[in-house]
Amino acid sequence: MWRHLKFRHGVHPPTLKELTAGVPIRRVPYPDEIVLPLRQHTGKPARLVVKAGDRVERGDPVAEADGYVSTPIHASAAGTVREIGLWPHPDGSYAQAVRITVDPYSPQAARPRLVPDWSRLGPADLIEAIRQAGVVGLGGAAFPTHVKLAPPKDVRIDTILVNGCECEPYLTTDHRTMVEYPERVHLGLRIMMRCLGVSRAVVGIERNKPDALEAIRAAVPKDLDVSVHDLEVKYPQGAEKMLIKSLLGREVPSGKLPLHVGVVVQNVASAATIAEVFDTGLPLIERIVTVTGRGVRRPANLIVPVGMKLRDLLEACGGLTEDAREVVFGGPMMGLAQAHLDTPLVKGTTGVVVLSAAEVRPQVSYPCIRCGHCLDACPVFLNPQLLGQLAQKERWDEMEANHLADCMLCGCCGYTCPSNIPLPQLFALAKGALRQRQAAA
Amino acid sequence: MGAVSPTAIAVSAGILGGVGLLFAALIALVHRKFRVWEDPRIDVVAALLPGANCGACGQPGCRAFAEKAVAGALAPAQCTVASPDVRADIAAYLGVDVGQATQRVARLLCAGGTDTAPDRADYRGLATCRAAAAVAGGHKGCVWGCLNLGDCAVACTFDAIRMNAVGLPVVIPEKCTACGDCVRACPKDLFLVMPMEQKLLVQCKSLLEGEAAERLCRVACNACGKCVLDAAPGVIEIKRGLAVIDYAKNELAGPEATRRCPTGAIVWVEGAQFAPAAAAGAGRRPLEEVPA
Repeated sequence: MWRHLKFRHGVHPPTLKELTAGVPIRRVPYPDEIVLPLRQHTGKPARLVVKAGDRVERGDPVAEADGYVSTPIHASAAGTVREIGLWPHPDGSYAQAVRITVDPYSPQAARPRLVPDWSRLGPADLIEAIRQAGVVGLGGAAFPTHVKLAPPKDVRIDTILVNGCECEPYLTTDHRTMVEYPERVHLGLRIMMRCLGVSRAVVGIERNKPDALEAIRAAVPKDLDVSVHDLEVKYPQGAEKMLIKSLLGREVPSGKLPLHVGVVVQNVASAATIAEVFDTGLPLIERIVTVTGRGVRRPANLIVPVGMKLRDLLEACGGLTEDAREVVFGGPMMGLAQAHLDTPLVKGTTGVVVLSAAEVRPQVSYPCIRCGHCLDACPVFLNPQLLGQLAQKERWDEMEANHLADCMLCGCCGYTCPSNIPLPQLFALAKGALRQRQAAA
Repeated sequence: MGAVSPTAIAVSAGILGGVGLLFAALIALVHRKFRVWEDPRIDVVAALLPGANCGACGQPGCRAFAEKAVAGALAPAQCTVASPDVRADIAAYLGVDVGQATQRVARLLCAGGTDTAPDRADYRGLATCRAAAAVAGGHKGCVWGCLNLGDCAVACTFDAIRMNAVGLPVVIPEKCTACGDCVRACPKDLFLVMPMEQKLLVQCKSLLEGEAAERLCRVACNACGKCVLDAAPGVIEIKRGLAVIDYAKNELAGPEATRRCPTGAIVWVEGAQFAPAAAAGAGRRPLEEVPA
């Protein structure tokens, strides 16, 4: 039955995970100030419920969900709201954010609260509790989890996939989560299975994490139909559609979602967070972040309060080395380069990678020689060479006709291109132009 | 095969000629019945116009302008691209007054050149503003400001925009036809086409206030409000971290509003906005030349 276990195309970048793969997760000291942007998830930004001068305890809401595809945001440390205003956002813009001065004398204990007993709750109540806790997908896209757990009535979900691939180079967030908290992953999975009413779950883990595979396999509950599979080490193995192809042999049609082939994919870190919500009653106010790269003195896996500033986090890791050159949120393939050390970490930040000068490739671009490497790399079978040429001529309509919408900007084409053509940037540009036009129409 | 008889030639010529005559008659009939009369002057005026089809007059193209001009709905002066001589020619041909048109020009709502507004990042991608803006808003420290890569200068059909030594586009008022191509090209939405007589201008779009704004750019509007007090009442107000000029009260505006501005964000513009352009070719660098 498990004949497939692979997807076609993709690339093999060096994984570079040895810097932090064996480093146990520890907690980072609280900074003096945390900054919580109101837009930390896919969907509508949250709506403020505090004002400057308010005292907040750890876990108190500072903003509530504004609509269905939105999540509340909670204070990740006790303190006083200093200011609400524009602040650098990880996406490069300035966005509304709540600045909280952390109380240095606070024990940072949460307010006593009722912890719901998940085993007595039905799917609707479980999903509501997850929504209230502000849980989003922690794999990077930060899509609200409660939306994923409540598919439309007319689709039937038969399998839930748990994504433990972590195919981005450098990152070890999911890896350490699986090694250290396998029970949490399984408890979260159990709760999600109850929400969706499915009986089958499959965990996919890349083969370069044998300790994680072992830990997750050992912790599989006897009463659940959970199978754990090792997968080829290949980028982008952890992309939703690639994972579904690898594990189930199903192909998600163009323009459709995983739920259209009866699958819901959740990241291991999201599963562990859901378990924590029902374990401690605390909402999503901290996450595990890998701080790594040759540009940082002490690479580590850390439990970081959401909203901690990059500057404070890097200081906690011993600071930057002399030749540190570029700081990226997320992995080096799809992550976002940061321009401000004051930028706060948000719920979707999987890691902080500090690249050294030697790793930042000189970007001299040459003409396309039509070698076809990009066609062999594209995991969704597009023609990046053609799309790139259309993008340079700003022929957005033809790009749309050539299935630009299926491109997930994984960066495989740009990675293999011997001419260093910045293909993913061109596609991001085209997607932006098309979005803009759609919004204008 | 035998020789073709003269009769056969005559018959076929007759049939062919007859068919030709029949259709000619049909065409003549249709032409009579369905003919649309068009003022022959439209063609003449259209030939006189520059043929740039730029749309600065608000019409879809030069021929549409010619139609409106012949009908008397538009004065010849409203074609801002045509030289005064051509406008006079059109007016003389149509026997109308040249008319008056307010000269409009594209203005940049940013003065952050490479000397005053530092970059926050080392950008190494495609050397166009649009591409840079797609990467986390671009390399400029001020996310609202000009990216200095000159997409507008490339977009301008009339060679009215030249990038100066500090990377700012200098719009040459004499060449600018107010067509609006630069407005569409700018990913930061910094251009505004406005009448020349609106001389008071806030050259900033940063939403930050006070020191936060000045840290990103030496010539940013820090929303201190001094210009509001110095100008005639109601001309300027502070909105969302910016001084906003109410151009409905333009005749009350004067250069006194700019005197106490601590950063020089508000200016009184006569002619071009910035220091003259450097030699041609400044501004956008071809991709190959981007340093490693």
